[in-house]
Amino acid sequence: MSDSGNDSTHDDDHVYLSLAEGHDDGGDARWAFGTGFEDPLYGVDTTVPAGVDAGELAATCVELADDALVSAQRLAQWCTRAPELEEEVALANIGLDLLGQARLLYARAGQVDGTGRDEDAYAYLRDAGDFRNVTLAELPNGDFAFSVVRLLVLSSWRLAHFERLAAHRDPVLAAIAAKGVKELTYHRQYAAEWAVRLGDGTDESHRRMRTALDQVAPYIDELFTAYDVRGEVVAVLRQVTEAAGLSMPRFEPARGAGRDGQHTGHLAPLLAELQSVARAHPEATW
Amino acid sequence: MVTTKATVSGIEDVRRARSIAERVPDPELPMLTLADLGVLRDVELTGDGTVVASLTPTYSGCPAMAEMRAAVAARLRAAGYARVRIRTVLDPPWTSDWITESGRRKLTENGIAPPGAAPRGPVALSLLPTRRTVPCPRCGSADTEETSRFSATSCKALWRCHACREPFEYVKEI
Repeated sequence: MSDSGNDSTHDDDHVYLSLAEGHDDGGDARWAFGTGFEDPLYGVDTTVPAGVDAGELAATCVELADDALVSAQRLAQWCTRAPELEEEVALANIGLDLLGQARLLYARAGQVDGTGRDEDAYAYLRDAGDFRNVTLAELPNGDFAFSVVRLLVLSSWRLAHFERLAAHRDPVLAAIAAKGVKELTYHRQYAAEWAVRLGDGTDESHRRMRTALDQVAPYIDELFTAYDVRGEVVAVLRQVTEAAGLSMPRFEPARGAGRDGQHTGHLAPLLAELQSVARAHPEATW
Repeated sequence: MVTTKATVSGIEDVRRARSIAERVPDPELPMLTLADLGVLRDVELTGDGTVVASLTPTYSGCPAMAEMRAAVAARLRAAGYARVRIRTVLDPPWTSDWITESGRRKLTENGIAPPGAAPRGPVALSLLPTRRTVPCPRCGSADTEETSRFSATSCKALWRCHACREPFEYVKEI
């Protein structure tokens, strides 16, 4: 065996005992806010490199974090409602990846925007008008086909954006993006396979996919206004619609302006639910 | 709490700290140590005697990161290191290729199929049927199929074996 003594697992190495040890350590109140253990960027070098505009960097982080948080909340709403248990697990997993990306990005924003806010302050203590997510992310889940098309479009767009951000001059944002690329590749693959399965399925599933494409189409241009990777997103949509026997959606000029804080009426109730516990019990510890 | 013995040389000391940190089990795959999983990136000793352990998350949303940090710090303190610091390292991002040979063997022994080689560079969207073989970790049969690409934890997919009819989990390549 390649390893020598390091793979010997003693009984006292069991995970639950090791967690209990942490509790017994008087100086380690890790369940409380402010201990750092919950900070997703705990111990990361926080320096902003020379030549990087801190304000712009923070704004970019918040925008991308808001897209991810709002998407994650919508995906979580599929729990107990998806067509099959496996799909609930898949959608929740995709949401968890996005939530993780949001946490890292909020933490980075708080380090560089001068406010020192933590991830919770961004997620729980801002109102709808402060959110900068694209409006497509906040629309209600609707039909499963709608959620599939939305996920396909958002993950393709975010993936193309993150591939570029992986070369960003801020090493923290670059690292968050490089990690996210791997996750988003799985998300896009999942959505694309469902799009083909439904588009190339029964008359009913085909009809609902066509409707979903028409519903998503008016919100696509807003994504390219926020960050233009039109070529890549259109190429993916063309590949998927051809394989699914669907026609390409017709793009219309941007309707929403989520990046300017202008949202549909759907965002505020979503945030009210997301933020209710944190606002009812501020500074709660457990 | 005792501090490290002055008689122990720095090199031996950092080696001991490393072996303690390496043996901490993963909270979600407790048959693996953090070293097996490849998330413990480094253990160093600074000039003032602080042990600095560097951890990297498997997935951005891995909910076990806080537990890993706490467990490593607690183990090191319990072993007599008074000053412990945990660093989070995001770059380079974790890849399933970092799961050690010993880790892969333990996964199989525990009914979880280990990952194949992770893709390098951008992955193009493919809509062609993929016929890849993941041998069943229980009976070894190649007659298996994917049930869901997502499972109980971020890092695993759900498969089933047609030969022994058992479902099994499979650590995804990433």
